[in-house]
Amino acid sequence: MSNNTSPRVGLFATCLVDLMRPVVGFAAVKLLEDAGCIVDVPVAQTCCGQPAYNAGDTSDTIDIARQVITSFENYDYIVVPSGSCGGMLKHHYIELFEGDSEWVPRAQAFADKTHELLSFLDDIMKVSLTGLKLDATVAYHDSCSGLRELEIKKQPRALLNAVDGLNLVEGTEAETCCGFGGLFCVKYPDISEKMVDAKVDDIVATGADTLVAGDLGCLMNIAGRLQRRNIDIKVRHTAEILANMTHGPAIGDPMDDA
Amino acid sequence: MALQSVTLWTTHSMQSTSPNFTQNAKDALQDDPLQAALAKLTDGFPIQRLEAAARLPEFEDLRDEARDIKTHVLENLDLYLEAYEKKVVESGGHVHWCQTAEDARETILKICQNANAKTVTKSKSMISEEIAVNDFLEENGIEPVETDLGEYIIQLRDEPPSHIIAPAIHLSKEQVADTFRDAHTDLEKDRPLDEPRALLEEARAKLRTKFLSADVGLTGANMLIAETGTNVLVTNEGNADLTNNLPRVHIVIASIEKIVPTLEDATTILRVLARSATGQDISVYTTFCTGPRQLNDLDGPEEYHVVLLDNGRTDMIGSEFHEMLRCIRCGACLNHCPVYKSVGGHAYGWVYSGPMGAVLIPNLIGMEEAQHLPHASTLCGKCESVCPMRIPLPKMLRRWRERQFKAELGSTRARWALKSWVWLVKRPRIYRLAMNMSVAILGQIGFRGRFKSLPFAKGWTSKRDLAAPTGDTFLSQYHNGARGDQSGELIRRGGRK
Repeated sequence: MSNNTSPRVGLFATCLVDLMRPVVGFAAVKLLEDAGCIVDVPVAQTCCGQPAYNAGDTSDTIDIARQVITSFENYDYIVVPSGSCGGMLKHHYIELFEGDSEWVPRAQAFADKTHELLSFLDDIMKVSLTGLKLDATVAYHDSCSGLRELEIKKQPRALLNAVDGLNLVEGTEAETCCGFGGLFCVKYPDISEKMVDAKVDDIVATGADTLVAGDLGCLMNIAGRLQRRNIDIKVRHTAEILANMTHGPAIGDPMDDA
Repeated sequence: MALQSVTLWTTHSMQSTSPNFTQNAKDALQDDPLQAALAKLTDGFPIQRLEAAARLPEFEDLRDEARDIKTHVLENLDLYLEAYEKKVVESGGHVHWCQTAEDARETILKICQNANAKTVTKSKSMISEEIAVNDFLEENGIEPVETDLGEYIIQLRDEPPSHIIAPAIHLSKEQVADTFRDAHTDLEKDRPLDEPRALLEEARAKLRTKFLSADVGLTGANMLIAETGTNVLVTNEGNADLTNNLPRVHIVIASIEKIVPTLEDATTILRVLARSATGQDISVYTTFCTGPRQLNDLDGPEEYHVVLLDNGRTDMIGSEFHEMLRCIRCGACLNHCPVYKSVGGHAYGWVYSGPMGAVLIPNLIGMEEAQHLPHASTLCGKCESVCPMRIPLPKMLRRWRERQFKAELGSTRARWALKSWVWLVKRPRIYRLAMNMSVAILGQIGFRGRFKSLPFAKGWTSKRDLAAPTGDTFLSQYHNGARGDQSGELIRRGGRK
């Protein structure tokens, strides 16, 4: 597949995918390679720095941002299977370096070639997926940062609609926050519970048997609440479906459930 | 009433319950009438706003225009304030510059005393809540009477507003009926009060006598127009008109950032205000008041006073919270905030609430007192997306978190946990080792796919299950040669599935 014109993509896997759900990383690699990219997964990657940034620890976040930019800035594109980490890399890094004449241009150049996975596949690589089949009624949750910072709305739906047998249904509150919010959900568990319950109720009302989204934080939150309430709706990252990697267990399901 | 637990403060002493935000929120989540009221909010204002915006193709452009007007004003505030004062004086009015809430209270009291006032009617004003003028007037023998229906209800209940445009939104009509029965003891005890109409008529009858007997009318201002020295009042009940027109003296209490340059600018902002707030194209009553009664006027007050309040605003100018001063108090950020809609306004513990409150309150009562508020947000960004003035509320919540982190506010344990994590994140090699080890351990004990409870993750597992890691980290599997094949199976090095 690879040749001189193939774009070289650095995959920023995100810390949650790396730790909790490697299949999303493999799905991303497969989708990118199928789209004609040469994919690299730099070992010097950890986290985008959001937990520090949202906790107000700016100076450490700046160090982390420098580290990420340095490791990735030589690729043609940087691709992230997450809207919130994508928003961090694409928008917030630049804000961090405000007034820094060396780093603002570097952060800007880095931001210009950084994309969330699904919007990259649809907007930049203009892929059309074929040969996919999944009998499922799927609800899509628009994660907040993806939707409002990166304007990801149509792209995942367009890609999912290419899957034969997949019936995409819309919750009326698809755009409402699920209550994850990083440290918010452990700092204010009661409020977070109320929010994720509203999200779960909305998903149940769609009649979906599967929930997908583009952010593992939201997905783990929603899956965890569905499971706590004993509601049998499978939860997966959108990329798993698009890469046909749904053979393994859904989020939070035991291995032998596959 | 369940709500009393969160409304123990008296507004006059300016004591907030913001430090108890966590408990306030817990109580609010258990408060059934409140939850029922908040559920209605979800179906009301946001949908109406969306429909109103859809009816006006230039709505998004108007938001830009409105934002630019206020941005320009804030850059030239001193000039516009002086121009405004000049016009007010020319029209026969008086301007009183007040730096603090106390100054403003004293000034208002003095004007009332000079007018020998016994009763002051009031139309809804958040600034009057901010300076807690009601209790102060009462202490000085003057009866303040709120005439906005929602404000009237919460005044009877001795509660602060729970929403900046719908102060009694936390109450059910049954609670209001009970409140009226307790307060209006001169009326038949078992009169029917089931219908909202009956409640409205009873309040209207009670207020009518107050309107006619009041010596002073105290209103807020949605805008102050520098070009003409005019204050703009927006209501749906017409109570502001009776408040500013009937008494001998009209006092306007407003903060300095309410200035707009021209009448034209005011109409631009009016076009986004009601649409953003309630989804109305324009509110039922929009009133422009300029000075006292003129020679040929048929009605109007004999005296017209404007109390211009700073109360911390000039400190915000040029700070990272500068843009907050564009706020026109429409309430859209509250109506769309999933946290506000979960806990209501009283949980925030002071007169403002929701995202605008979480940004503004620390500026007014102090960062330490209000330290919870900037954290009580998922930074979902919905507020900014609906703000007619395009105020970057999530960004400013982060700025407060930043200031708090620098000042070392908050839990030491959380700080150390963050610092240790940061230490690892900055060292990719050690991070890899640590993560591979953690994943191996968690994978062993989480073989059922998820955890019901984990001692070090109680915040998470108290409410939801926690998915267990599904094997080695992605990076270590990938660099050991694992790949997904065309059928979606994961192939490890050597072809092993």
